[in-house]
Amino acid sequence: MRFLFKTDYDDDIRLFPHSGYVLSYGTLLALLLIAPFVLSSYLVSQLVFVCIYATVGVALLILTGFTGQASLGHAAFLAIGAYTAAYLQQFNVPFPLYFLASGLLTGVIGAMVGFPALRLQGIYLVIATISFAFIVEEILARWESVTHGNEGMRIKTIQLLGTQVPRDSPTFYFLCLAVLVLTIVGALNLLRSPTGRAFVAIRDSETAARSMGINVSLYKVKSFAISAAITGFAGCLFAHKLSFISPEMFTLQLSIEFIIVILIGGTFSLHGAVLGAIFVVMIDPFLTYLKDDMPGVIAGFAAAIGAGSARAAQIHDAVAAFASANGLKGAIYGVIIVVFVLFEPLGLYGRWLKIKLFFQLFPLYKRATFKRQKIYVKSERLR
Amino acid sequence: MSYFRAENLSLHFGGLKAVDAVSFAVEKGEILSIIGPNGAGKSSIFNLISRIYTPTSGRIFFEDRDITDAPAYGIAKLGIARTFQNIELFENATVLSNLLVGRHRHSTTRLWQELLFLPSVRMNEKEHRYRVEQVIEFLDLEPYRDKLISGLPYGVRKVIELARALCTEPKLILLDEPSSGLNVEETDDMSFWIRDMKSELGVTVVMVEHDMTLVNRVSDRVIALNYGRVLAMGTPSEVQGHPDVVAAYLGV
Repeated sequence: MRFLFKTDYDDDIRLFPHSGYVLSYGTLLALLLIAPFVLSSYLVSQLVFVCIYATVGVALLILTGFTGQASLGHAAFLAIGAYTAAYLQQFNVPFPLYFLASGLLTGVIGAMVGFPALRLQGIYLVIATISFAFIVEEILARWESVTHGNEGMRIKTIQLLGTQVPRDSPTFYFLCLAVLVLTIVGALNLLRSPTGRAFVAIRDSETAARSMGINVSLYKVKSFAISAAITGFAGCLFAHKLSFISPEMFTLQLSIEFIIVILIGGTFSLHGAVLGAIFVVMIDPFLTYLKDDMPGVIAGFAAAIGAGSARAAQIHDAVAAFASANGLKGAIYGVIIVVFVLFEPLGLYGRWLKIKLFFQLFPLYKRATFKRQKIYVKSERLR
Repeated sequence: MSYFRAENLSLHFGGLKAVDAVSFAVEKGEILSIIGPNGAGKSSIFNLISRIYTPTSGRIFFEDRDITDAPAYGIAKLGIARTFQNIELFENATVLSNLLVGRHRHSTTRLWQELLFLPSVRMNEKEHRYRVEQVIEFLDLEPYRDKLISGLPYGVRKVIELARALCTEPKLILLDEPSSGLNVEETDDMSFWIRDMKSELGVTVVMVEHDMTLVNRVSDRVIALNYGRVLAMGTPSEVQGHPDVVAAYLGV
């Protein structure tokens, strides 16, 4: 085990508490940098989606994880970012400019959503954000002069510094990676400064936050705006990656996917956003595998343990029907949420911390370390 | 003019008069205790001052300024800090970040500076940390700096809440039952700290308290309340000897 001896206030401020962190994150970054030259183009494409989802995950963590304001409307913010990019691109606005514009415009709209949210809490806030998402979806479908309605919009390749950046090129991957890394660094900076602490204070006790001089309404609006702006940036990249956007891509299911990202990753640390993004992006390949290979594998197994060929074919068809059933993805999401909420409330990152602690304390690890305790001192009187 | 003044303060919930035309004044640098049976309106007065409730009528003045219409977050900025009867700490944060939240009213950095964590933000953070360390030393909280609140015992939380209030560098501090849930030694420590707050930090203290030993030991003046009205006001011994106070407590 490593013991840190702190000799300076900087020791509690710096992002990497000791050299071990520099080494492990440095290695991770190096691996990510050589990834596009080593991995297949399919996997690189998946990595791009991981970057985009993780960026949205960080945005949602700031709002939900740290400020305690739930949102099921982030697909709408993503859509606003995407459509802003697509719209401005038609007028030959350069990429850096419309990239900034999609973030800023989404941030402004996020702040506007934040205002009505000031009076709402918990489940009511969730309902309000869902309604917002539906409104945006509807506007996208109807405002044909700008959004081209249900026909959708095509997005041209990025022009950066006079060169083309195709959506499956390593450069595009690096762009997404850079946005993710900058977002994470920005979020970490925010969390170690007064604004971040105000967010956490609002999450844990609004009454106490107010009595400490925190303008709760202002900080809630700020949190909404920051979260929306980051999602807007991600939306711009998302549009470029897909090269075609239409309203039915930004549905409630996408918002739920973002919630799953932070729920599965862990809502208490930014690590959660990345781990959760990897998990969610990998569900699609898993479903494809289920559809393509699973029937054959199970039928083969059935044949091997003595089923007749007719019976094996029957099993093959039954499994194939199951694997390609409509709504299987939604069902899997539902099961995952339930399982994680019940058995792993701290998410994948929480599990990772437990594993790490197990090896650090090797023979002495107690399971009770992470047992949630209930302490009856909280006042309900002022709520 | 008094340092802090409440004039005809009333708080009515429908027909219930939780606080009924209460007037009192606090002089700079004194320790004032508010006593009274359960439901007398003591905590309600604190909630009126810190603007969690809006008074039905009456005005509140602090340093000759009318603060009755200030927003709840503005009260701390004026230099009035408070603790809560049932502890309102930020459960899922460390002791250190709880105390740093107390420094919020002194932070001057802007959002974009914080996003980049410019040197000015770092300087600010170190300054906050230095002040927080002074409070930690004052209240002997050194062993708990990096502990999460949710894992700490009640007595320690009580002290941390006091520490957080002190981190705002208040001129006036409102303590809502500082000794409730504390054992004898912890109550002793608390009484020393309250007196030190007055003599070393120059903070004016208003506290609601049930423990008469603590009240007698620290307070300069005492106000006794019952049914939202002031029964008696004066030195601790005067108030305890007052016939109305005896009647209110003993029910005779």
